[in-house]
Amino acid sequence: MEEILVIVEHRQGVVRDITHEMLFKAGQLSRNNSCAVVALLIGGVNENALEELARRADKVLVLEQDSLKNFNPDSYKEIIFRLIKDRQPLMTLIGHTSWGMGYAPALSVKTGYPMATDCIDIFLENRRALAVRQMYGGKIFSKVSFKDSDGYILTVRPGAFVVPDSIGECQGEILPIPIPPDLPRPRSTFLELVDTSAGEVDIAQAELLVSIGRGVGDEENIAAVKELANFMGATLSCSRPVVDKNWLPKFRQVGTSGKSVRPKVYLALGISGAFQHIAGISGAGTVIAVNKDRKAPIFRVADFGIVDDLFRIVEALKAKLAR
Amino acid sequence: MDIVVCVKRVVLTQEVDLEIDSTGKGIKKESLAHVINDWDHYAIEEAVLLQKKFGGTVTAVTIGDEEDEEVLRRALAMGAAKAIRIDPGDLAVDGFVVSRLLWAAVKDLPFELVLTGVQANDDNRGMVGVMLAEHLHIAHVAVVTGVDINEKEVELQIELEGGMEERAGIELPALLTIQTGINEPRYVSIMGIRKARKKPLEVIKASELGLSSEDLTPRTMIQELYLPPETEGAEMIEGDPVFVAESIIRILTEKGVSL
Repeated sequence: MEEILVIVEHRQGVVRDITHEMLFKAGQLSRNNSCAVVALLIGGVNENALEELARRADKVLVLEQDSLKNFNPDSYKEIIFRLIKDRQPLMTLIGHTSWGMGYAPALSVKTGYPMATDCIDIFLENRRALAVRQMYGGKIFSKVSFKDSDGYILTVRPGAFVVPDSIGECQGEILPIPIPPDLPRPRSTFLELVDTSAGEVDIAQAELLVSIGRGVGDEENIAAVKELANFMGATLSCSRPVVDKNWLPKFRQVGTSGKSVRPKVYLALGISGAFQHIAGISGAGTVIAVNKDRKAPIFRVADFGIVDDLFRIVEALKAKLAR
Repeated sequence: MDIVVCVKRVVLTQEVDLEIDSTGKGIKKESLAHVINDWDHYAIEEAVLLQKKFGGTVTAVTIGDEEDEEVLRRALAMGAAKAIRIDPGDLAVDGFVVSRLLWAAVKDLPFELVLTGVQANDDNRGMVGVMLAEHLHIAHVAVVTGVDINEKEVELQIELEGGMEERAGIELPALLTIQTGINEPRYVSIMGIRKARKKPLEVIKASELGLSSEDLTPRTMIQELYLPPETEGAEMIEGDPVFVAESIIRILTEKGVSL
């Protein structure tokens, strides 16, 4: 039986959400194509997590060794390469995460299997794969096909597939597998994990966030928005470009690499809405977006939208609230 | 420390309405401005910073036509010593073919580090750097937000999801894909870019790189491009700023936010 291989991503013993999202999609594809879903766990997770994986896969292959507890791009690439040679899965799914991006392209080269990255949807019919992905920061969607091959590698965007609560009815076998004997020594070494999101405020706790993006234009313009946030009793947060430019500290960053927030209201000022940002505000009650660009992706997810210069709105709000 | 940095010129698509072209597989680019790919800008700066600290040379490489030399001249103005443009002619490329072209041009250069951006603003693929590393048989790490080198020890900061960061050591030579925000790319003036014309810029035709037809055959094909499917989208508030401000305050109050 053809197999869809899902590489389990885990951190500090905890299985990451992306893993369940990939297993869910693999399950859907397998039912329509009579494939088996095989999860590969490199390194260890706790017992409950392992059983949870087994409820969502036909087989869970477990390769456990102390040296594999932490992610390593070389080890993952070499181990998965050997497994792919051995089992020849039709499709291999890997998270489009920092770690996934660090080895999946090398695996594609090593196996000769074509790869599509950052997929938001996947189709499989008669052994032919088709991927849907985004370009130009989400302004264009593209359907991607592959050169004929024994197998395909796809990296999957975190959050692209929503796992329903009811899934997890498999009774997958948990199969320990041996470490390949001839693994080359990894060329990079894990040292430690550091939490970079701690700071003087916790934006994840705020009930009203006034958030700025690239549209703020210049560092000196931030003062006006800060003042508005003070008037409103709101917490100031931002999107990635503002932190990249060192205008605000990292602990104020909303998004995949910053914090996920859940305010009652999120006021997005000059934020275009890259998917990494949108993923961070999925828990917000109401999103109000102000942006000059009518086609900014933020308007696709916002509840209320205003196409205008953010400073005109900021000043008008301040004038109203000052009264 | 000799460093190769791979760069790309991309169309500027922020605050622009994009249209699909008549082939259905590309976008209309005639009226779009071009800029250096965000991520590559940081990669060049990182290369130059390391070069200033440890000596050696920085070589910038791009794939493109003559107009794309603009990004090479920017790299030269920022501090790269030389530049290479691979001219693809009318070759159709995907991420894999791009990585093969870069490999053919980079493999004989002296380097201890190869830097690329994490991804490009246009294709958003994030695959070329790590593919290139595999062709070169060198160590690779993606999404790097810090590079600290002393003696022969290289310590990296790697951005992970959820506000976490990994610290890792890596052997040289290595390829790092550089994340935005790792540094502050220096400003270069038009004059500086013009002066950089004096630095060497070599042009190699893709057909002269000795690559096989398999190397030059894309492994993925765009079947179709389309505009984002309609969603319910936001309820748009239209009116002058005073009306908008009143509306926002009303929404805040309705949602139980105490002002």
